[in-house]
Amino acid sequence: MGVVLEVEGLSFRYDKKQDRSNISDVSFQLREGEWTALIGHNGSGKSTLAHLLVGLLQPDAGQLKINGTVLMKESVSWDIGIVFQNPENQFIGTTVEDDVAFGLENINMPYKQMRERVDKALEYVGMTDYRMADPSQLSGGQKQRVAIAGMLALQPKVLILDEAFVMLDPRSRKELMDTIRKLTNKGMTILSITHDMEEAAHADKVMVMKQGKVAKIESPSQLFLTDSSLEKPFAEKLRNALKNRKCNVPEKYMTEAEMVLWICKSN
Amino acid sequence: MDMQIELKDVSANYQLGPIRKSNVLNTVNLTIESGTFTALIGRTGAGKSSLLKILNGLLLPTKGSVRIGEAVIKQPYPKEDIRNIRKQVGMVFQFPESQLFAETVEKDICFGPMNFGVPLEEAKKTAKKMIELVGLEPSILSKSPFSLSGGQKRRVAIAGILAMEPAVLVLDEPGAGLDPQGKKEIMSLISSWHQQEGLTTILVTHDMEDVALYADRVILMDQGKIIKYEKTKTIFTDSDLLESWGLELPQARRFQIKIEQETGMKLPKICLTLDELADALVMVGLV
Repeated sequence: MGVVLEVEGLSFRYDKKQDRSNISDVSFQLREGEWTALIGHNGSGKSTLAHLLVGLLQPDAGQLKINGTVLMKESVSWDIGIVFQNPENQFIGTTVEDDVAFGLENINMPYKQMRERVDKALEYVGMTDYRMADPSQLSGGQKQRVAIAGMLALQPKVLILDEAFVMLDPRSRKELMDTIRKLTNKGMTILSITHDMEEAAHADKVMVMKQGKVAKIESPSQLFLTDSSLEKPFAEKLRNALKNRKCNVPEKYMTEAEMVLWICKSN
Repeated sequence: MDMQIELKDVSANYQLGPIRKSNVLNTVNLTIESGTFTALIGRTGAGKSSLLKILNGLLLPTKGSVRIGEAVIKQPYPKEDIRNIRKQVGMVFQFPESQLFAETVEKDICFGPMNFGVPLEEAKKTAKKMIELVGLEPSILSKSPFSLSGGQKRRVAIAGILAMEPAVLVLDEPGAGLDPQGKKEIMSLISSWHQQEGLTTILVTHDMEDVALYADRVILMDQGKIIKYEKTKTIFTDSDLLESWGLELPQARRFQIKIEQETGMKLPKICLTLDELADALVMVGLV
């Protein structure tokens, strides 16, 4: 798998009069078809980093490389897309399908191809039935799905999801997580900012941010076993709860399926 | 204070002008007892947020009537009645931080109470009390709300609602977008305020863990209708029911069912939280 996005020494301050950076010396790589979850407390710099990656903010230092090419200052790459936490912030069209088509119109895509992309994107997020609806009349979770469809239609190489699932019901959230897995299998690279540790546990890698720095990048199994400061996925919480009750549990991170299997086997 | 909430044959839609829209609420009948903590669940677009808006007079029924304590909303909706209802029902919207507007946190929190005739000095006192209640330093009162972090803004917005001292509190996903720690703090603050003040609280959430932890009743909605209204334990007994409405069980309960299916053993009770599950597993000797 090749490196799609390479971030080198990125730094940024909102308030240029202050010394403290909001993002300080951040470097990492995202590989093709890889799903990375980005976690950290409110205020740790996750969203600021995302805004830097899509060019909504300009870094004070450092650079971005996309497919090996350095992204010039003040330029925007069509290869990176973002879906925000609050979908109200990115609606334009008067119908759902117009809204999804907006990005494609901007890059002068022929009508026929645009039609196909819009249809497919709406199908991916399960909003085909609402194609003619007015986006402002949709519920919070439906809006979120339309916002995601708008980005999927553009088929970016790297898709950043800034807590794009918070308003979704658990079932839709699962369905969209399966959708993401399908997309990564087709080669799309995902960076998902999240507070949901179950979601992070599904990713290939987890990147932890603390006070504007990347604290670590590890696989979920390694991270949740070793880092005691993090909120854990449920299976790991249960393992610890049983350990505290003097049960003889294995000293390793287990996924939910492994945990159930272990409980059943120990009988 | 008796704050029983009663909805009779309530239908509503967002119709603007002559274009007909389907109802977002469809002949809803509901009685919520005073002093209860009710979770409102259902998939996206089920009508949860619309039901909250009805309780606060932000969305007016096209049919039916709403009673909250002594106050009634019914056609032709006299302004005085709606004002009465709003005074009693405090509403925290989705992403409430987007409703902050004043130059300072203090002015923002004082805005609500002063609108309902509370004098400035008293409103300021309340603001100080509320800012501490939501876990922020009083020094933040003189700051601009826009200089705060997302979690802090959320707390300020909630403080602004609590400052109006509502007897009914309706919340639309107050924890969405906060980190797990921040979310826990907000939820336990709401829960203890609910108990301390004897409020009637209605919480819209997708987080079944919060439902299991805080709510004593659950309303399940779909397509503008109320499907079930039960005690929390009862509703989580039936996993097929929830599944058929696109919802999930709390993690502990889901885990319990998986284990019971695999081992063929039944745990002695329905476990909704991590500790209940761990205790039950130890008790039956499965671990």
